[in-house]
Amino acid sequence: MGGLDFLTFFGDALSQLSAGIPRTMALAGTSLVVGFVLAIGVAGGLLSREVVPRSIANGYVYIFRSSPLLVQIFLIYYGSGQFRGFFDAIGLWGLFREAWFCAILALALNTCAYQAVLIAGGLRAVPWGQIEAAQAVGMSRYRVFVTVAFPQALRHALPAYSNEVVLMIKATALASTITILEITGLAKQMASETYRPFEVFVAAGLIYISINGAIVTGFMQLERYLRQNATLRT
Amino acid sequence: MDLGILTWGDTGWGDELARGVLTTVAIATAAYLVGTLLGILLATMKLSRSPALNVPATIYTTTMRGMPEMLVIYLVFFGGGALSTWIASSVLGIRGVFDLPSFAVGVVCIALSVAAYACEVIRGAVLAVPGGQIEAAEAVGMSRRQRNRLIIAPQAFRIALPGMTNVWQFALKDTALVSIIGVTEVMRTASIGSDATKQPFTFYFVALMIFITIAYLSQRLFVRLQHSADRGVRWGA
Repeated sequence: MGGLDFLTFFGDALSQLSAGIPRTMALAGTSLVVGFVLAIGVAGGLLSREVVPRSIANGYVYIFRSSPLLVQIFLIYYGSGQFRGFFDAIGLWGLFREAWFCAILALALNTCAYQAVLIAGGLRAVPWGQIEAAQAVGMSRYRVFVTVAFPQALRHALPAYSNEVVLMIKATALASTITILEITGLAKQMASETYRPFEVFVAAGLIYISINGAIVTGFMQLERYLRQNATLRT
Repeated sequence: MDLGILTWGDTGWGDELARGVLTTVAIATAAYLVGTLLGILLATMKLSRSPALNVPATIYTTTMRGMPEMLVIYLVFFGGGALSTWIASSVLGIRGVFDLPSFAVGVVCIALSVAAYACEVIRGAVLAVPGGQIEAAEAVGMSRRQRNRLIIAPQAFRIALPGMTNVWQFALKDTALVSIIGVTEVMRTASIGSDATKQPFTFYFVALMIFITIAYLSQRLFVRLQHSADRGVRWGA
């Protein structure tokens, strides 16, 4: 384990593992977007005055937030096999057989629960006077939501969103347990081929930290931009 | 779904799962306690004005929070094993492959990640103790130690409790990850059971329910702890 040999190997590991970056980003990106769309509905349920939608939304959020993501992934990927006949019959077995589909489904359902709480919190923080004012100028309920309430809710939720995105990047590592070769999957493969797990996993860690560092910086810039914008307008 | 396989004894998986539950709770509890102690140490370092203390603490928390917990487990388990094999052969002259004990590695890895999250919670709580309290402590002539122990610590504890409840939930869920290095906690028991019986959904569903139940019960413990920490607090005062 000479110094030069270490550096060459470390550089090698970095460049080989970089091949996993697009897959990690694709997993996180797709799940975050799908989760976001679903979360708007779930947030609506959380804030609903009706008992039934509210309890369903609360139950969903509770289940997905208090159980490990690994269990959720295995339940979907391996668990669906127990109902193969059923999935065959409705023509969805082709999807559930795919590790990629199952990983994205599990990640999306998981982040949906967390995002729903963030969005609901953001919506609660919108001053009621804003909604009244929008109604007073004759906006429809839909327009009030889309142009007044929702954008402000997102702005409130932005700092917490940065956290959620970082957590999702980290969560994609679990996809390696169901055969997907993203950064961690590639690292595991390379570690067992080269018998040099220490260097390989440190290199993988460095890649994750760089990605997450970039994300946190990006969100901070966005927050600053929005703050400036808000003060300019008022 | 056939729940008959969950019975006790040789034909069922009930006793195996119960042992898994004990292991899961043991890992989570040990990691939480060790991680919280480390977190207090890190928070103290981060609150210090000396860069020799606060810079390493910041590097540590940033690194740990930016890395997937699973990668930390791989790094410590396989990387640590390779490292100790290398040290044994080149320094001590012992040949052979060294494996680290997976239970201990699991506890250490989760504790390392708990420490990073606990550090932020505790640091925030210490900063949230009103400045007037510290001034008052100084005014009555308390020493730094007395002030930290009698004034800051009890109040910071109460403020940190909700955040530390979240950290506990993190720790509990992270225990599922140590199944990948062969610790037979709930998740690994479910995997073994599903391989043996070809009923993966049943087993992972049961595992899911077990985690939710443990989370629910421990949540109630934390709520009670919060009630006792809040006694004597005048709200809105």
